[in-house]
Amino acid sequence: MAEWLAMGGYASFVWATYGVTALALGGITIWSVVEYKKLQRLSNNQDDRS
Amino acid sequence: MFGFANPQRFGKLSSTLMPWAWGLCVVLMAAGICLALFGSPADYQQGESVRMMYVHVPAAWMAMACYAAMAVASFISLIWGHVIADVAAKATAPIGATFTALALFTGSLWGKPMWGTWWAWDARLTSVLILFFLYLGYMGLWSAIEDRTKAARAAAILALVGAVNLPIIKFSVEWWNTLHQGSSVLRADGPTLHTDFLVPLLVMGAAYMSFYAALLLLRMRTEIMRQQVNAKQRRIAAGEEGAA
Repeated sequence: MAEWLAMGGYASFVWATYGVTALALGGITIWSVVEYKKLQRLSNNQDDRS
Repeated sequence: MFGFANPQRFGKLSSTLMPWAWGLCVVLMAAGICLALFGSPADYQQGESVRMMYVHVPAAWMAMACYAAMAVASFISLIWGHVIADVAAKATAPIGATFTALALFTGSLWGKPMWGTWWAWDARLTSVLILFFLYLGYMGLWSAIEDRTKAARAAAILALVGAVNLPIIKFSVEWWNTLHQGSSVLRADGPTLHTDFLVPLLVMGAAYMSFYAALLLLRMRTEIMRQQVNAKQRRIAAGEEGAA
């Protein structure tokens, strides 16, 4: 396990690439879902008022 | 194709497709990461650092594929005034920009141990950086121009003009003497990459593609709702003025 984590001495580079990828793809997903929910709420509010 | 022109029909179709796209994305991502971190052997030259390829290369592919999709959608929107096409182009831009940023970032992290430098102004790296700025410019135009029709037109023209950068990126490694290596997958004489590395890479590529598809559908639905909300707001405002 420790050997696997060490990635043959490249641990910091390998884990940083996977980490930054997870952050970016996760980040844009969360942002998009939040935006979607916001618009859904706005649209529902509008329907209630009219 | 023009069957999707109707936002209502798109709404129905996308709500059916979206759960499948997300499901496929999760399955492929999980399989791809397992293959990349456990299944794939270490490279005889690069050692374990080769595992960075599995997140870097698909990000670079998607950076270009998203731009190509955005340019095609922009073209359709410009010529036929197709509503869903400009929604698709607009929804693609932030996803493409994210992939481009990832390609640059992960490339830098891979370059440091392999080339001894984080960055070089070689043709491949520079043209991908330009791609990133094209995405930013495209999104900037959308937010800078208030009138939606005008914004769509200006952004579409930028997307089409910027498309000349795609072949430059692709062939940069052949036309110029770059620090970046040449293609080993998408080449005329077939991949030169060994199957042990090729399979995990292609699975990750498919995972990224399904991620794009799923997120695109979500972002397109958001954009259509935004348009409807804005249109209704304008109608309400006009109605109130008329009544007063």
